[in-house]
Amino acid sequence: MTNNRSKSLRGLLLAAGFIAMAAFIFTGCPSQQRMLDTGDAAQKVYVAPGEHDEYYGFFSGGYSGQLSVWGLPSTRLLRVIPVFSQDPETAYGYSEETKPLFETSYGFIPWDDSHHPHISQTNGNADGRWIFINANNTPRIARIDLATFDTKEILEIPNTGGNHASSFVTSNTEYVIGGTRFSIPYEEDLDVPIDSYSQEFRGALTFVAVDEETGRMDLDFQVVVPPYNYDLGRAGKGPSADWVFFTTYNTEEAHTMLEVNASRADKDFIAAINWRKAAQLVRDGHGSTMPGEYYHNYYIGKQGYAINDIKNGVTVLDTREIDEDFIYYLPTPKSPHGVDIDPTGEYIVGGGKLATVIPVHSFSRMLEAIENGDIIDRIDGIPVLDYDSTIIGEVENPGLGPLHTEFDGQGYAYTSVYISSEIVKWSLETFEVVDRIDAYYSIGHLLITAGDNVNPEPRYMIGLTKTAKDRYLPTGPKQNHPAQLYDISGGRMQLLKDFPTIGEPHYAQAIRADKIVDRVAQIYEMEENDHPHAIRRIVDNRIEREGNVVRIFMGSTRSHFRPDNIEGIRVGDTVYVHLTNFEQEWDVVHGIAIKGANNSEILVAPGQTKTMKWEPTRTGIYPFYCTAFCSALHQEMQGYIRVSAADSDVPLTWRTGTN
Amino acid sequence: MIYPRTTFIIVLLFFIISFTFACGGDNSSDRPSGQADSPEATLSEFELEHGIGPVTERIELSVEFDPDLVEKGRNIYEMKCEMCHNMEGRMVGPALGDIMERRSAEFVMNFILNPSGMVREHPVGQELLREYMTAMPFQNVQKDEARAIVEFLREYNELN
Ligand code: HEC
Ligand SMILES: [Cu+2]
Repeated sequence: MTNNRSKSLRGLLLAAGFIAMAAFIFTGCPSQQRMLDTGDAAQKVYVAPGEHDEYYGFFSGGYSGQLSVWGLPSTRLLRVIPVFSQDPETAYGYSEETKPLFETSYGFIPWDDSHHPHISQTNGNADGRWIFINANNTPRIARIDLATFDTKEILEIPNTGGNHASSFVTSNTEYVIGGTRFSIPYEEDLDVPIDSYSQEFRGALTFVAVDEETGRMDLDFQVVVPPYNYDLGRAGKGPSADWVFFTTYNTEEAHTMLEVNASRADKDFIAAINWRKAAQLVRDGHGSTMPGEYYHNYYIGKQGYAINDIKNGVTVLDTREIDEDFIYYLPTPKSPHGVDIDPTGEYIVGGGKLATVIPVHSFSRMLEAIENGDIIDRIDGIPVLDYDSTIIGEVENPGLGPLHTEFDGQGYAYTSVYISSEIVKWSLETFEVVDRIDAYYSIGHLLITAGDNVNPEPRYMIGLTKTAKDRYLPTGPKQNHPAQLYDISGGRMQLLKDFPTIGEPHYAQAIRADKIVDRVAQIYEMEENDHPHAIRRIVDNRIEREGNVVRIFMGSTRSHFRPDNIEGIRVGDTVYVHLTNFEQEWDVVHGIAIKGANNSEILVAPGQTKTMKWEPTRTGIYPFYCTAFCSALHQEMQGYIRVSAADSDVPLTWRTGTN
Repeated sequence: MIYPRTTFIIVLLFFIISFTFACGGDNSSDRPSGQADSPEATLSEFELEHGIGPVTERIELSVEFDPDLVEKGRNIYEMKCEMCHNMEGRMVGPALGDIMERRSAEFVMNFILNPSGMVREHPVGQELLREYMTAMPFQNVQKDEARAIVEFLREYNELN
């Protein structure tokens, strides 16, 4: 062993030496030589200081509600994008601009559980324009703009309980999908006994159209389906691009102790929906309008306040009322969790959570079965296809509890296996397992670089695991969830690194960095600042009072605020501090914090305007300062606000620079 | 047994490292360096007088001011410069009311378009940074906009 290893090490070093020498001789001074490749794991994840990673990884935060951004293969944390949870660090959910994003038909909700980030696609490949992510608990879908890495839009999904089968996009981002995990009474707020489950409860599968230019979402229609649990979904690719697939479990229609009661049947279903046909049926007037309030929150211009566009009613297609078939059930063993489509669009892989095999359906055989009428049953009008006519392979010995599958585009699939805590690699030709490797511990989703694309890049794989146990220095009874980075570029999977993450990294996607870096904004351009309370010239700094509402139009640059001495605020006023950052240099941020304000700081990016609401309750002198270490004179960047009694007649004045 | 193999590897590593790093490299960073080689020695005559940046030759200035250009320059100045500069008296940066008497148009444009280069490499810039202790930022101003600011500052200088 040792002997062999040091021999091959010597060989590698020799080769490396020759390469370095050759590079030197033939090209002179290499300015920024990349690290030499050796078989060594440390080298493979080493990205030198100042160098950039090859991939962006977007990891959901699970119960943190956020989306974290990582550089791969170094696994350096680049940023956490707040999405469904308030973030006092950036004032997301605290600033007046972002608060409306949190409104729902249930009111302001400060948190959610975010599961499946999915990057927008063009021709079946991630294009790096936007990333969508679902909120599980109070069903919503968010869109994050990958120019600014900010959440730009949140759409509530009505008639849904647990929007888990979301937010996957179709091949050209025509739709982003949602699906109800819990079936619930379809009629909103219906107050019925839970026992009426089979009569009153229904499932809903949601199709959200996405504007090609702006990315703006629009809830186009829902499909009403039998009251099962709809678990995960994926869009088809290539020949199957007009279809989406959802897994179901609980076809037993249990509503208590599902652990036992929903695990009885041998097979549940994968629902295959021809979304193009469904959309056509809607266009042709086959849908009906169901009442249902939901919030659509987004920005109108480049900057400003997010708005609440409150909708009422959604178009639904009810399979019990429509004669034409556009949805089919594919029997699939046993409470399938994931449903994943291979890069060719032909194989539909179910994650038979409780099954002893990984079932693989064939899309072309499915079409034949439909053509031939191989229908064994109809449930609420939905044809159930014959298992034997759609199935093309069953992978034996996959381990215990196969969940999710990704593909390398070279004929292999990689399935995460929860109970036996491993990843199995199997062939799409022979449906046989060819390799397996441990996960630490209890793996859920996994990702392959450019996974779920028509052209995956078989470089790295990440396993997203649920417990760290003894992997790192202990940090108490509850620890951060880990992830493992594997090299899959050779024949066998190889563990490179094991690292803790944020919240619960539920699902993640990785995209080649060059698809994103060129579109990343460095500043908000002052000329384009359309915020209604921005100031565009520093001389316009001022304060306006209208009754009890006071608006401070403030500007900041290194290293001062204007104005920085303010008098005439009264107890009982509602004060809005509209802070415009006049910087036009990348990454020069200013913030503001006011003593005693029942609010977070606000951080303002270069060229941006943000607003802090402040309701002073005590008289006195209130210091405020810049929270960002913006310059050498950062500690000088401060000011005072004088707050007088409610009935005082101190005039409203402001000044800067004249002592 | 182990010994010669290890030596061999060390020797090899030495070769790799020395070939790879023989050249050092241009480690220029954004850090202004006060104690660099005397910049005068490396700057051209033009650069010494008119600054370092995208403006590399004399530009033509008309005797009459172009009112549209003045207006354009004023707008940009109010949006992107005024929070740091007064016309009279020091603020974050130096007063600019008489700048067109003190400096050439090309110098001012280069300062606007390449402020970090100017304070790093130009003796006047280095001196100014030592005095003001804040680095003037690039304010995302294009060349034609810098030209407009110059027109505005020329007119101001003339009228005041
Ligand atoms: C954040 C503050 C800041 C902003 C904004 C700023 N400057 Fe400056 N400026 C300075 C400082 C400070 C200096 C002195 C050099 C240094 O320390 O970088 C300076 C120097 C200058 C000089 C050289 C003065 C001399 O005596 O030679 C000129 C010309 C100038 N600025 C013009 C502008 C113009 C035009 C703009 C708008 C496009 C602008 N500045 C924006 C801070 C600023
Ligand atoms: Cu600051």
